Amino acid sequence: MSDAPAERTGGSGDTPLIVSSRFDVPEAHTLDVYRNSGSFPGYAGLAAALDRTPDEVRETVASATLLGRGGAGFPAGVKWGFCPPGVWPRYVVVNGDESEPGTFKDRLLMERDPHQLIEGALVAAYAIGAAQVFLYVRGEMPHAQERIAGALNEALAAGLVGRNIMGTDFSVDVVLHWGAGAYIVGEETALIESLEGNRGMPRLKPPFFPAAKGLYMQPTIVNNVETLSNLPWILHHGVDAYRAVGTETSPGTRLIALSGHVRRPGVYEVPQGTTTFRDLFHDDRYGGGIRDGNELKMFIPGGASAPWFFPEQIDLPLEAKPVGAAGSMLGSGAVVVMDETTDAVEACYSLVRFFARESCGKCTPCREGTTWEEKILERILEGHGRPSDIDLLLDVADNISPGPYPVAADPEHGLEAVPFPPKQTTICPLGPSSVAPITSAIRRFRNEFEARITRRDLIPVAAAGSGGDGV
Amino acid sequence: MSERPRPIEVTDPVTITVDGRQVEVQRGELLIDACERNDAYIPRFCYHPRMEPVGMCRMCLVEVDTGRGPALQPSCMIPTAPDMVVETTSERVTKAQDGVLEFLLANHPLDCPVCDKGGECPLQDQTMAYGPGESRWVEEKRHYEKPIEISPLVLLDRERCILCDRCTRFASEVTDDPLIHFINRGSNTEVNTFPGDPFSSYFSGNTVQICPVGALTATPYRFRARPWDLERTESTCTVCSVGCRVTLESSRDRMLRINGVDADPVNWSWLCDAGRFAFEATNSEDRLTEPLRRGADGSLEPVRWSEALAAVADALGSADPSSVAVLGGSRSTDESAYAWAALAKGVVGTDHVDAQLGDGLPAAVFDLPGATIDEVCRPGGTVLYVGPDPKEELPVLFLRLKHAAQRDRVRIVEVTPTSTSLTPYSAAGVRPRPGELAAVAEALVAGDAPADGVAGVSADDLRAAAAVLGAADGPVTVVLGRANLAESPQVVLDAAAALSALPGVRFLPAVRRGNVRGAVTAGMAPGRLPGGGRLDGDAGWSGVWSTVPTEVGADAMGILAAAADGAISTLVLLGADPLRDAPDRALAERALDRVGTIVAIDSFPTPSVLRADVVLPAAMLGEVDGSTTNLEGRVSRVRPKVTPPGTARADWAVAVELARRLGATWSATSVEALRDELVAGSPRLAGTTWAELEAADDGVLVDLTGGGFDPGTPAPVPQVDSYSLRLVLSRELYDEGELLGRSESMAGLSRTPTVGISVGDAERLGVEDGTPLVVRGERGSSTLPARVSAGIPRGTAHLVHRLEGSDPITLLSADEVACDVRVELA
Repeated sequence: MSDAPAERTGGSGDTPLIVSSRFDVPEAHTLDVYRNSGSFPGYAGLAAALDRTPDEVRETVASATLLGRGGAGFPAGVKWGFCPPGVWPRYVVVNGDESEPGTFKDRLLMERDPHQLIEGALVAAYAIGAAQVFLYVRGEMPHAQERIAGALNEALAAGLVGRNIMGTDFSVDVVLHWGAGAYIVGEETALIESLEGNRGMPRLKPPFFPAAKGLYMQPTIVNNVETLSNLPWILHHGVDAYRAVGTETSPGTRLIALSGHVRRPGVYEVPQGTTTFRDLFHDDRYGGGIRDGNELKMFIPGGASAPWFFPEQIDLPLEAKPVGAAGSMLGSGAVVVMDETTDAVEACYSLVRFFARESCGKCTPCREGTTWEEKILERILEGHGRPSDIDLLLDVADNISPGPYPVAADPEHGLEAVPFPPKQTTICPLGPSSVAPITSAIRRFRNEFEARITRRDLIPVAAAGSGGDGV
Repeated sequence: MSERPRPIEVTDPVTITVDGRQVEVQRGELLIDACERNDAYIPRFCYHPRMEPVGMCRMCLVEVDTGRGPALQPSCMIPTAPDMVVETTSERVTKAQDGVLEFLLANHPLDCPVCDKGGECPLQDQTMAYGPGESRWVEEKRHYEKPIEISPLVLLDRERCILCDRCTRFASEVTDDPLIHFINRGSNTEVNTFPGDPFSSYFSGNTVQICPVGALTATPYRFRARPWDLERTESTCTVCSVGCRVTLESSRDRMLRINGVDADPVNWSWLCDAGRFAFEATNSEDRLTEPLRRGADGSLEPVRWSEALAAVADALGSADPSSVAVLGGSRSTDESAYAWAALAKGVVGTDHVDAQLGDGLPAAVFDLPGATIDEVCRPGGTVLYVGPDPKEELPVLFLRLKHAAQRDRVRIVEVTPTSTSLTPYSAAGVRPRPGELAAVAEALVAGDAPADGVAGVSADDLRAAAAVLGAADGPVTVVLGRANLAESPQVVLDAAAALSALPGVRFLPAVRRGNVRGAVTAGMAPGRLPGGGRLDGDAGWSGVWSTVPTEVGADAMGILAAAADGAISTLVLLGADPLRDAPDRALAERALDRVGTIVAIDSFPTPSVLRADVVLPAAMLGEVDGSTTNLEGRVSRVRPKVTPPGTARADWAVAVELARRLGATWSATSVEALRDELVAGSPRLAGTTWAELEAADDGVLVDLTGGGFDPGTPAPVPQVDSYSLRLVLSRELYDEGELLGRSESMAGLSRTPTVGISVGDAERLGVEDGTPLVVRGERGSSTLPARVSAGIPRGTAHLVHRLEGSDPITLLSADEVACDVRVELA
């Protein structure tokens, strides 16, 4: 199957493409092409790693400050160091359960460049001393599954996976595991439960930090697909080359999945920290402007779980720290742009409904609270809202995530930003994530909610006429 | 909730601040327990002190500051650490807890007026204590079909369920019956079984007890009472010999419910379903309610107690003491056993007294150095398990052993004729051929085996098992029981003699009936006096009783043999049914035919009772006062909760009355006085006087040092007949015995009988599961469907005692060490 070059990647003359260099190379998922294309020769990074000791590899990655790309942004090299010494076996788990609404970058990495991921996972396994890698791919990504399975077979045949990799005494088994369709399994402890054959429900941290007590209660490093895909390049080109891209605290690039009301949605690899949201939306290399010349109304900077930003935040750089201080997060690099035609209440409902459907049911506040939020919003949209519902919604949200909840500044009304992250009464951040659209939308567009509750002309009438009126 | 924190010893104290007070707690204990122990109870739903915390109901959120500022944390998941500052009632905590309660109530049906849990419901109680006054929920609530039957005993109302994971955790973690689980997601999450796979667990009733709402109800109690109408008393279960602590709960003088009490040394609050639900038998229509006497026409006629007692006194008094025998007493209290021992030995003067029916273990097992359940389950220890499937005969002991093996690194070596429920948790296992247990025990002690193995066990298996024993950290403890009714109990004694050579070894006698140990300790065994003394020793009882027998009497099988020879003129059956239970049906038949007078003291008209000349109705558990002794030797109180039906009386009262009629000058006329008389004459029972038992919730251990173990004459090793299969006759928890068979909800739960054979024998015979087979012994035959099992060794046929439609005990002969049967196609 050949890929149409539909997804565009960024990259200008001065910034290299680290992870997406083969996205537009035909047949890059095959070993041959992987070895002979892109920004580094395939499996050269692994070879470079095997020339060093595992400690040196870990040290290299730590000094590169490779920040995790799954959402939390924790430095990978530091995380690897959390494995308690002398406890074996250890495992590497690749989190390919990308399911945050708006995020579709890992899918491309798995479909277009599966060898790069496998190579990265092997480097991680070598660094922490794991003999087994579990590659967990989202159930709804059959194309990625097929590409990864194919690449793995090729790598196995070429002696790049399995016993005595590249003739060394380093041996790694890679186990493929397909998910069964739960968003929550993207959360690392839920993913581990799912891998163990249990229902995907998160474990409480502490005590179940995967690096200490992970898969089968053994030290486990769970890394995101994009994080691992950076490793071969870093090992091949070195720390200095990596740190030359991006900023001091956030070196390297990020894959941004840009969607919504821009002219050119797609996946773009951008240098961290030096690119702003304005560049991303308006630069012709990236979004190319808001569609139809409309005005920007709001945007989500880091996936459905992130509090919303508004036009005032457009000049913030794509970097975790300033975005966090401004009241949201860069998360998994999913930027959703909404123009002036967007109904804030509908948008809020659409996001909340997702979290209510995907709540695993473990913690009471999330299980009952997200559904309650959904039902209140549904009522408001159907014209059955009560004036008290807005405050009720905020209070239900507050019982899932005790406030003040992270939110962007609103200079017009003199409201300060509340920095990320939110507090939670739950085990994992899913429940609190459902609060992001609610507090963001109500703080900024309370008038739209009030209008839905008080104005009859906004009550949908389509439903009344669409029934079985022929009876 | 009635659960209390697990008792702990503070060995590593740390100081934490709870609501402004500095308190000393054990380092690493869970905050929720530490706070409760220090008078700061934190509300909770999912946390249970006997299960792993999951932190999912979020009710126990408190503010914890470990130096990085206060944060809401589930106190059931946080181990205590020095200088922790905890706020359990701050504004943020209250807001969070109110929020959780509101969420839990959002979809809760609030059908408290018709809910069995109303009045003792943690959700209701905590809503009253912490919850919001009114609901802000105006949405339609979740609806499910209610209730659904998840097992024949347990019903589930999913609308009431708050998804705390207690029942599901119990099923997977405590019992390994993971038959209930969450299905669906978000607010559609529900607990359910897999279609067609009901929650058939011997422990299912525990889920009803630990359910924090009325979602799980059990058929025996459902809609029978309101909690505020129940009266409760704490007692001890005597269905088996584990001696679980229970509450007996009744209303209007009718027993309605039994719940487990958390006795740390014994049952950790768990009960098996037989122990929990068999009380229904006390309410059975079949109960004997008035004395009966065989009339002139040969039928049993109701008579007055005075007439019945006079007839019994006459039968006892007029007979030669050596022709009087008493069988049974192991289902009764220590005090009843003592009263009957005193009547038989001290008044009538016979030593033909046996609390068991040849289907248990000889009294000599109590002379072995004893071990408690806690000692057997000592973390890191090694256990040699010789006995019946513990899940079938001593279910809560199974839970303790399983926990020990899974969580406390206890290594179990199983020496059983077939695989058991313990097999998956055992480090090694060997399957000796019935009758040859002692040889295997010797090989295990020696640590080596001849190349061709021993007693059907391969040398490799023996060495593997011996290696586990050899690697033991500290002395090995042995659980010693009788796995096979078709094997002479002497074989178990011979094995015990061999195992006594293990350095520092101690034994937990896995006797089956509720109070065998108590009855034997009270003197209800041939050659024994109360307190463990021997007839031939000077136990001092001659000073208390008017007489003490000089000749050592016969045991149960000896008594039946003597009776069959016409040497017994009066036979007392004290809750004993030799016709059903003695492992020689023909002998029991002949014995009952030839006895002059049979006196039966029982609660039910069993086949043996129907052969009696005088029948005295007896009170049952829940109707009698006294104490019982579990398999460890732990004496604890049993208490009466309801009055016996009709004129039924406690066994001890019958014995005391008969003694008086026989002219004895016996002053003990109350159960307290009987207890204290027994203890006064028994140095080994020191510490178990009535007052001392009253003060000890978890019971009092008697002296377990052992001494004077005499295994008797070793049993001959039976010849192997290669054309036959050797019979293993075991018991299952759900049988058609007197208790379960007469319990409304439990009757009919027993399995369909089968004959279990090995895969190899099945191949040889060309049969598969369900193929009808004839099991033919010298005494008879029966036809049963085959059950082919990898857990049965070649050369073995496995049958189960007392299942509906099968009576394999008829195949047995008391003279044989093991029973060989031919198994053929029907």
